[in-house]
Amino acid sequence: MRRARAALFALLALAAPAAAEPERVVSVNLCTDQLAMLLAAPGQLLSVSHIAHDPLSSAMLEEARAFPANYGRAEEVWLLRPDLVLAGAFTPETTVSMLRRMGVRVERFPLVTRLADVPEALRAVGAALGREAAAAREAAAFEARLAGLKGRRAGADPRAALWHANGWSLGPETLAGDILAAAGLANVAAELGLSAGGRIPLESLAMASPDLVLSGARYPGASEGEALTSHPALRHFRRGAVEDRDWVCGAPAALRAVSAMIEARRSLRGDEVARR
Amino acid sequence: MSRVAAFGLGAALVALLLASLLVGPAEAGPFASLRAFLFGGEGPLTLVMREIRLPRALLGAMVGASLGLSGAALQGYLRNPLAEPGLVGVSGGAALGAVISLQTGFALAFPLALPAAALAGALCAVLLILLLAGARGGALTLILAGVAISALAAALVSLVLNLSPNPFAASEIVFWMMGSLADRSFAHVAVAAPFMALGVALLLPLRRGLDALTLGEDAAASLGVRLARLRTMLVLGVASLVGAATAVAGAVGFVGLVAPHLVRPLVGSRPGALLPAAALAGAALTLAADVAVRIVAPERDLKLGVMMALVGAPFFLHLVWRQRGAGA
Repeated sequence: MRRARAALFALLALAAPAAAEPERVVSVNLCTDQLAMLLAAPGQLLSVSHIAHDPLSSAMLEEARAFPANYGRAEEVWLLRPDLVLAGAFTPETTVSMLRRMGVRVERFPLVTRLADVPEALRAVGAALGREAAAAREAAAFEARLAGLKGRRAGADPRAALWHANGWSLGPETLAGDILAAAGLANVAAELGLSAGGRIPLESLAMASPDLVLSGARYPGASEGEALTSHPALRHFRRGAVEDRDWVCGAPAALRAVSAMIEARRSLRGDEVARR
Repeated sequence: MSRVAAFGLGAALVALLLASLLVGPAEAGPFASLRAFLFGGEGPLTLVMREIRLPRALLGAMVGASLGLSGAALQGYLRNPLAEPGLVGVSGGAALGAVISLQTGFALAFPLALPAAALAGALCAVLLILLLAGARGGALTLILAGVAISALAAALVSLVLNLSPNPFAASEIVFWMMGSLADRSFAHVAVAAPFMALGVALLLPLRRGLDALTLGEDAAASLGVRLARLRTMLVLGVASLVGAATAVAGAVGFVGLVAPHLVRPLVGSRPGALLPAAALAGAALTLAADVAVRIVAPERDLKLGVMMALVGAPFFLHLVWRQRGAGA
């Protein structure tokens, strides 16, 4: 699996130099936004997705404000006259094929589900942008920081559950699951048989008695789905807040999530020691 | 209602409350569950029984009783067996009021702002339906007016939720239009209870008046029924009950239609006696539907309104058929 993924990235990297270094790049996906902002030469990137301007979702809000937003619609992207469009796994196929029919080069990047794959993602986007040197620098820096965070941790791993709006949780085969694991937290979703993303009913969560229940911040407006995360039954468990924006993309910002979880683990373990 | 019938309904209600307490994803045996529920003790099962399943069961009974009572009252007042809060758009109006107050933040303005807003929405819908189809309008006028009000309310609920800045709001259109009791808490019970109590207090005294109304408005007036007062209390009572129920569980249809019809044979043709019986039947029916959604599709959060419509819609068609036969 890992090798196949590496081969895929290598293939993308090989495909890239065929075209001249792109000068007008548009990103239509939150995660390629981040990688492109990190790697692009000044003036190379024209526009980022509108989600990059959303404070709750965007890990690079300040940087993103320097770029006009697009809503990922084929027509508006085409009007920007790009010579490269960066798309993600969730970009609608209709948009991608429409742009390709109109002669625009579109590179689609797969979902990153492991921290260890972030350097490859950086290199793939770097190759598409013709910024291999910058990508190599960022990838090396990421690997060094990740290795620094992943030391041995004392004691048994506390059991944490990611529990977002509508009871949505994330298992070990997701980036969020990998972030928990990297921070030395056992994932309750895995105990309940969840490998990817899925719902955990409130009852099942309560029966699992996690040491820590982690939920994201609420968006403006209101929703029943988010209201569920403040169900009074959960007051019996220790709660933690997560910054959603650091958890969604396989990008260097994910390391902030790892640090935050290491901090949460430390305070949990500290409590345990104090109780003895 | 005969004593036997009342006892039967009460026993069914208790059995369904118990069933509601015993069905759920936390797989614990019925005896362990009941022991944890009654005697408590450390461990998560007590928490699940007392704070997750108990409020759901209570709220199911409360919502069902409210809708059954409202349906019986509307049918009695309009002297029309097709009247029902969901079908005539009152639930839709309540959902609209609730959704607007949640999205504008008004729901947080004071403790009971959410059910008050739902009540206001329901009130607008009841007044509109009385204006359009009134006590003298036929069954057809009532249903047509109800279809129009329901459609408008549903469209506006969708519009408000689609325009919400919240990314989860739009996917909750189905909750507001179909209703669900999943993961409700005692906070919801506390939100709904005051206006439900008010609605019951407004509707139950109308029993004698509704009985008299079966003789016609003039006869009822000559018997000393103050029609204007009866209408005001009925409108406010129905709006309170449907508003409170919808604010916490979304718009659950058909309970107010099916429940009165189920118990009508038990109480004879007196709309007054029908009110408490329909409340009991509504509670039992809603609990049964809520147990069924958890058994049929435990992982899917199947909506309560879907289950009720599967039972209620054929029933409604049957009533329409009978009305046609009667040449109405």
